[in-house]
Amino acid sequence: MADEVVLLDFWPSPFGMRLRIALAEKGIEYVYKDEDVRNKSPLLLQMNPVHKKIPVLIHNGKPVCESLIALQYIDEVWNDKAPLLPPDSYLRAQARFWADFVDKKIYEFGRKIWTTKGEEQDAAKKEFLDCMGVLEGELGDKPFFGGETLGFVDVALIPFYSWFLLYEKFGNFSVEALHPKFIAWVKRCMEKESVSKSLPEQEKVYDFVMFMRKKLGME
Amino acid sequence: MEEVKLLGFWPSPFVYRVIWALKLKGVKYEYIEQDIFNKSELLLQCNPVYKKVPVLLHRGKPISESVVILEYIEETWPENHLLPEDAYERALARFWIQFHTCQIPSFHAFFGLTAGEDQQKTIESVLETLKILEEQGLGDKKFFGGDSINLVDITHGWLALWFGAVEEMVGVKLLEPSTLPRLHAWVQNFKQVPVIRDNLPDYQKLVAHMKRVREMLVPQV
Repeated sequence: MADEVVLLDFWPSPFGMRLRIALAEKGIEYVYKDEDVRNKSPLLLQMNPVHKKIPVLIHNGKPVCESLIALQYIDEVWNDKAPLLPPDSYLRAQARFWADFVDKKIYEFGRKIWTTKGEEQDAAKKEFLDCMGVLEGELGDKPFFGGETLGFVDVALIPFYSWFLLYEKFGNFSVEALHPKFIAWVKRCMEKESVSKSLPEQEKVYDFVMFMRKKLGME
Repeated sequence: MEEVKLLGFWPSPFVYRVIWALKLKGVKYEYIEQDIFNKSELLLQCNPVYKKVPVLLHRGKPISESVVILEYIEETWPENHLLPEDAYERALARFWIQFHTCQIPSFHAFFGLTAGEDQQKTIESVLETLKILEEQGLGDKKFFGGDSINLVDITHGWLALWFGAVEEMVGVKLLEPSTLPRLHAWVQNFKQVPVIRDNLPDYQKLVAHMKRVREMLVPQV
C-alpha cells in the first residue's frame, strides 16, 4: 500500500516550514493543505482536537501533532534517507536540547519584538540577539548544527529566517551586522533546495503581518 | 564503568522524573543535592544555558532538560521500555509528554492564587487542562502507558504529590473523584507503583517549602 501523507499547514508558519523541509529532504510525496487559521477547517479540528493548531502531519489517516514530534516521527519512519538525528544517543540528546531551546526562546522573543513597544520590546530584542550569540557558540566551526549536513536543529531553526525582515524592521537592528556567523549559516542552509523551496520570501511574510496588524487594529 | 550522576534539588518534581526513570531501569547513580539559591560551579558548568536542575552526567558528559534526559535514559538503557516501540504510538506518547508544557502558565497562576476575580478564571483554566489530559490522554487506561507506567506517567507524576501540596497551600481542591474521577484514580494507582511509592519527597516538608517559595514570589499573600 502506498503511503498517504497530508500536511495541514499555514504558509507563514515557521513550525509548518520545518515539516516541509524534512519531507523534501527525505523525498516524501505529500499533499499540502493550507489552512485559514482564523477559520479552521473541520479536518484540522478533527485531527488536532487538543490544540487546534497547525502543522499536523497526517500519515495514512493518522495525525501527528506538534512540529518537533512530527519531525522525529518523519525521521524514524523514513529512515532510509537524510537522517535528521545522529545515531549517537548523547548527540541526539544535544540536538533535542537545542531544538527545545529554539522553541522556548526564538519564537517568543521574536514575536515580542513586533507586538510590543518600549521597555518590553527592548528586553525582547536583547534576549533575541543574545540567543543568536548562544546559537553561534553552539554551531562553532561546523557548517551545520547537524555537522556536515542539515540536522534536527538546523531544520528546527532555519524557518525563523523568513521572519527576520519583520523582526529587524520593528526592532531596528540587523542580525547580519551583529551576528555574521549566524547569517553565514543561514546562507548555507538556503543553498539547499529543500530549505529555499520551503521558506516564503521575507517580504511576503512582512507584508502579511502588516496587513494582519491593520486588520486587527494594531496600527 | 558506567558513571551516572544526577544533580538535583529535593523538592523538584522535574528531578523526580529522572529519579523514577533511572530506578525503573535499574541504573545505579550518584545523587548530588544542589542549592538552587546558591548555585555550585558544577551546576553552572554543566548547564550554562539554563543553570537549572536536573542535570544528568553520564561518563562526565552533561544532559539538561528533564524531558531530554528521559529520552536519553530510554535510549541508553533499553531494558524495560518506557516508550512504545511503534513509531506512531511513540509520537502519541511524546504528544502527551509535551502537553505538560502548555499546562505551565495556568499552574503557575494556581500556585500564586489569591482571592479576587481572577481566582475563578484560574481554577477553570487548570480544570480545563486536567480534563483534556484525563479524557483524551488517559481515557479508560489504568496508566498512560497502559498496564504499566511509562514516560508519560512519569512526566505527569507531579500531579501525584506536588499538585496536592499546592492545593493544600492555596486551600482549593481540584483533583477530586467528583471532578476528575479517572485522573484521581490514576494518582492512587501511580503512587502504589513500588518505584514511585519508595521515591517521593516528604509531603509536609514539601508543603512548607512551597509556602516559603510562594511568600518569596507572591508578596501580597
